[in-house]
Amino acid sequence: MSNCNYLTLSGLEPLVVTPESNFINVGERTNVTGSRKFLRLIQEENFSEALDIARHQVEGGAQILDVNMDEGMLDGVQAMTTFLNLIASEPDIARIPIMIDSSKWEIIEAGLRVVQGKCVVNSISLKEGEAEFIRQAKLIKRYGAAVIVMAFDEQGQADNYERRIEICERSYNILVDIVRFSPEDIIFDPNIFPVATGMEEHRKNAIDFFKATQWIRENLPCVNVSGGVSNVSFSFRGNDTVREAMHSAFLYHAIKHGMTMGIVNPAMLEVYDEIPKDLLEHVEDVLLDRRDDATERLLEFAEKVKGQKKDDNTKVQEWRQEPLQERITHALVKGIDAFIVDDVEEARQSVARPIEVIEGHLMKGMNVVGDLFGSGKMFLPQVVKSARVMKKAVAYLQPFIEKDKDSTAKSAGRILLATVKGDVHDIGKNIVSVVLGCNNYDIIDLGVMVPPEKIIQTAIEENVDVIGLSGLITPSLDEMVYVSKAMEEKGFHIPLMIGGATTSRAHSAVKIAPNYSNTVVHVNDASRAVTVVGNLLQKDNRVYKEQIREEYENFREQFLGRSKQKEYVTLEEARKRKFQINWERADIIKPNQLGIQVLQDFNISILEDYIDWTPFFRSWDLHGKYPDILTDQVVGNQASELFNDAQKLLQKIFKEKLLKAKAVFGLFPANTINVDDIEFSTALKQTNELSPRAESRGLTKFLTLRQQLKKREGVPNFALADFIAPKDTGIQDYIGCFCATTGFGTDEIAKEFEANHDDYNAIMIKALADRLAEAFAEYLHEQVRKKFWGYAAEENLSNDQLISEHYKGIRPAPGYPACPDHLEKKTIWDVLNVEETIGVKLTESLAMWPAASVSGYYFGNKEAKYFGLGKITNDQLEDYAKRRQLSKEVAEKWLSPNLVE
Amino acid sequence: MSEIFKILQNRILVLDGAMGTMLQRYKFDEADYRGERFKDFPHPLKGNNDLLSLTQPQAIAEVHRKYFEAGADIVETNTFSGTSIGMADYHMEDLVYELNYESAKIAKLVAKEFTKTNPTKPRFVAGSIGPTNRTASLSPDVNRPEYRAITFEELRIAYKEQVEALIDGGVDMLLVETIFDTLNAKAALFAIEEVKEVRQIDIPVMVSGTITDASGRTLSGQTVEAFMASVSHIPLLSIGFNCALGAEQLKPYLQRLAQKTDFFTSAHPNAGLPNAFGEYDQTPKEMQALIKDYMDHELVNIIGGCCGTTPEHIKAIAEVAKEYRPRPLKTAANV
Repeated sequence: MSNCNYLTLSGLEPLVVTPESNFINVGERTNVTGSRKFLRLIQEENFSEALDIARHQVEGGAQILDVNMDEGMLDGVQAMTTFLNLIASEPDIARIPIMIDSSKWEIIEAGLRVVQGKCVVNSISLKEGEAEFIRQAKLIKRYGAAVIVMAFDEQGQADNYERRIEICERSYNILVDIVRFSPEDIIFDPNIFPVATGMEEHRKNAIDFFKATQWIRENLPCVNVSGGVSNVSFSFRGNDTVREAMHSAFLYHAIKHGMTMGIVNPAMLEVYDEIPKDLLEHVEDVLLDRRDDATERLLEFAEKVKGQKKDDNTKVQEWRQEPLQERITHALVKGIDAFIVDDVEEARQSVARPIEVIEGHLMKGMNVVGDLFGSGKMFLPQVVKSARVMKKAVAYLQPFIEKDKDSTAKSAGRILLATVKGDVHDIGKNIVSVVLGCNNYDIIDLGVMVPPEKIIQTAIEENVDVIGLSGLITPSLDEMVYVSKAMEEKGFHIPLMIGGATTSRAHSAVKIAPNYSNTVVHVNDASRAVTVVGNLLQKDNRVYKEQIREEYENFREQFLGRSKQKEYVTLEEARKRKFQINWERADIIKPNQLGIQVLQDFNISILEDYIDWTPFFRSWDLHGKYPDILTDQVVGNQASELFNDAQKLLQKIFKEKLLKAKAVFGLFPANTINVDDIEFSTALKQTNELSPRAESRGLTKFLTLRQQLKKREGVPNFALADFIAPKDTGIQDYIGCFCATTGFGTDEIAKEFEANHDDYNAIMIKALADRLAEAFAEYLHEQVRKKFWGYAAEENLSNDQLISEHYKGIRPAPGYPACPDHLEKKTIWDVLNVEETIGVKLTESLAMWPAASVSGYYFGNKEAKYFGLGKITNDQLEDYAKRRQLSKEVAEKWLSPNLVE
Repeated sequence: MSEIFKILQNRILVLDGAMGTMLQRYKFDEADYRGERFKDFPHPLKGNNDLLSLTQPQAIAEVHRKYFEAGADIVETNTFSGTSIGMADYHMEDLVYELNYESAKIAKLVAKEFTKTNPTKPRFVAGSIGPTNRTASLSPDVNRPEYRAITFEELRIAYKEQVEALIDGGVDMLLVETIFDTLNAKAALFAIEEVKEVRQIDIPVMVSGTITDASGRTLSGQTVEAFMASVSHIPLLSIGFNCALGAEQLKPYLQRLAQKTDFFTSAHPNAGLPNAFGEYDQTPKEMQALIKDYMDHELVNIIGGCCGTTPEHIKAIAEVAKEYRPRPLKTAANV
């Protein structure tokens, strides 16, 4: 050991990790997956504040700065490059080494290319096999960086002692013997997992980590060990006393066993010596797996500790003793509706006219909510809850106001909101509607699938001040362009707001703003809507509007300038560079059950374990990965509360069978023809064998699109067709497709909630239905892999592994990056008879109704992977139009988001 | 293990002095720079010293010869600006390969001459790889701190071309020098590693940074130790400093370096600090005394001169170098 060099990193100054060094603390707030604020700042390109976060971390004692730009809506390469370049210009930040944190190699490489100091790559692993591991390690060495290696291999993430040491040793030997990586530049992350989950197999999660850490430090010379600590206490979310104690105790033992660095949230850490003796004993019983009943005892004890801290009942009593206005404000801020009617009644009796309660008491309370929200101290789900209380209060006052004829509430402005034609997604729009509504705007919500004529006509009739358009699927972008043109033709002079998941500032600036002479503004999250509308409708809004216009013009120029720099290859060339699979050696398995299967009344509660919660939080504007988000420094409390409310409703859904789950899927013999088309046969005999007579009649084609971006030598231009054996190989291959829905019932329940002035749960039910649909698709895919197709009968994956798609084969969906062509859905609908069998319909923009539905293909080949098509050029558009038998103009309309400008 | 590595364990090697200072003595004019071959070249060429390897090769050979005569063990090729980035100023990007190849040939030929005469003192050629005139980690525009005039990739490609030509021309080692932006140097090292891998060869690499002023940092802001950490990821023959400072000002930084690095160390300081006219007037005797102080403290394994140094300076340095044991390598005992 003494022959080891020390791990030496550098920014403008060096960081040497010696055996005498204290635990090295990694600053983790400049991470878009962990900090909602940082994400927002990066998205808004507010780099000066983003740099402030970095500076704050350095000043707070971080010795390494972790930077992560892994967020779907960001151009990660661009964001990483720009932010690291900016850091390089700030000597007080650039002082410390950078940790380039990404799961995408191209983002890691972009980071390595702009940092002069010796940084750390976080992370690589054997997940994609030895060849890729060696390639990446070699490059990292050549760029001059240290590396974090996750205990992860082709089989999955290491979750016990033996697997941890097996993978770490194997990784070490490859790095040191083959890549000649300096051993001191290797840092292992042997995976910190939760304890006290109640699952027998999790009992040893902490002790296995400790033992593995010790083994690594004793057997793999010169390396360091790192990890993310907050995971360990995951099952005690909401109980910070226990969590903080657990973090400290964990770190205490981990460091004793040889952990040298890690990501720790300093706000969630108790001083080890100050942990009460009894609590410490219970916590350590669990961490060190000292007793069979350790978990039960700690759970029991945790309840006591929790009770001690809060004492909810007395608090409730206390706020009820406050004066009337304070009580109303408190109820609004905390979203408590239990006493609001009583309080409002008391207020009504104290004023001359009932309207004064709204304009006085309630508005005062809502102003507090607005201020807290504006300053980032309240979060969207809380505001929606406040709105629920507000609505309840107003509903109670309404009859009194009606009687008191002359009075009308003075509105701050009239806003028309609509999800555009062909699109059924409205969660985001509804949130905006509620938020604006409780800021005293009159909302005219036209709902979903609203034709442009209706938007224009209503806007004129209702004399609105702002139009807001929303949409989630790509064809909606064109609808918005269309509406903007119509507004120009009709001589509108009111601002147009654009929002929704597929919209972007780029699209608004480049495609919409030029059509319309008044203001077009993109609002990327609901929390900004109030500020934006406020600014747009203030009396002297000329300056603000000019600012936006100028900003968008600059952005447009920059964007157009940028997009020209990309190079593309011809379709012919791209086809030559297709992804090659050795079909002779490919392990193609014939499905156990060819043909179509229908699931009519599926037991929806089975899906609970399959839910991926991260997108759920995103739909509420809470950004971060589940489960980490529940303990996030900024949004953690709010996320936990939202999660509890979601659980309540979810259990109700299961118990009362509120939603119906149905699915249809099929597996068919298939081969690729003409490079990019997948031909498959749906004509089957009873015996599940292909009927020779019907063969010619039953042939259908999926059309796939091929990447055309110019890539470096050896990197293929993918199309989905590459994952199916070409016909001329003579090898029979297979493909599947499916549609799954959990959406039936959603609208009815949402309406019921709305009728009770409960927008919070009306939005919640839709968000949950969406998650259940995704979970259903995940479940179905698993069944197909293991049973119906059966190529992965042995597979045994945890939910996390399912979510991070560790399985063999993929299920890409039309309208998403690998196959942005929505028209493919029509083929799926025809083949599976989707509408007749399970009732899911396609709108004219090919959105699915009910919204909580998922459709897609199944590819079973183990080399099949997800990719983004990116932009394609005119030659592929023409070729596609021919294959699809469409005019070029129609094809262009469908593929426009993917065409090179 | 390379020959030079073994020699370095036994004695201090002497690097040459300034090329530019010597070339000034020839007082070449525009026509001399152009020579016959470039007499109709549409852009002015005076000042393109690297070009002289093609148009005045005998002068370049003569400078090398003078340094070898003075006692240098290693001379540097006349290729300080020999990348497509440096040559763009003269519109001569297309000549980069030839410039480097020919410069290496000239130096190697002279070196062989001397080795033949005295085989006990073999002479070497180091391919000089300069920093280019752009910085990859600093923005030239204060109002756009995120902007870069050159990227890592552009540097890597340019350096690769230079490295391949130098190796083809027969250099014994590569010297990445006058590094004021560490990211530029990392791109050069990346390119060198790529060439080494493709050709399945090993060639010694020397790295030499530049501490720009009394702040003790590189132009891109790194301290001595941070600089070391950033370039030590590939096996180097030596790491050291050159340019910007005289031997006296450089000493504290060299001390820190010599204490911490596992590689051999090098220094080729300027002949003092420039006077009010931008000239260097430290005499060979004065410089010799300062270098002797280096040796007393076991600071260097390779010693030479940069701006303002002449064969006379190198002669004075070689005289003292001969008298001293080299700085012992930290890990030599464990190897």
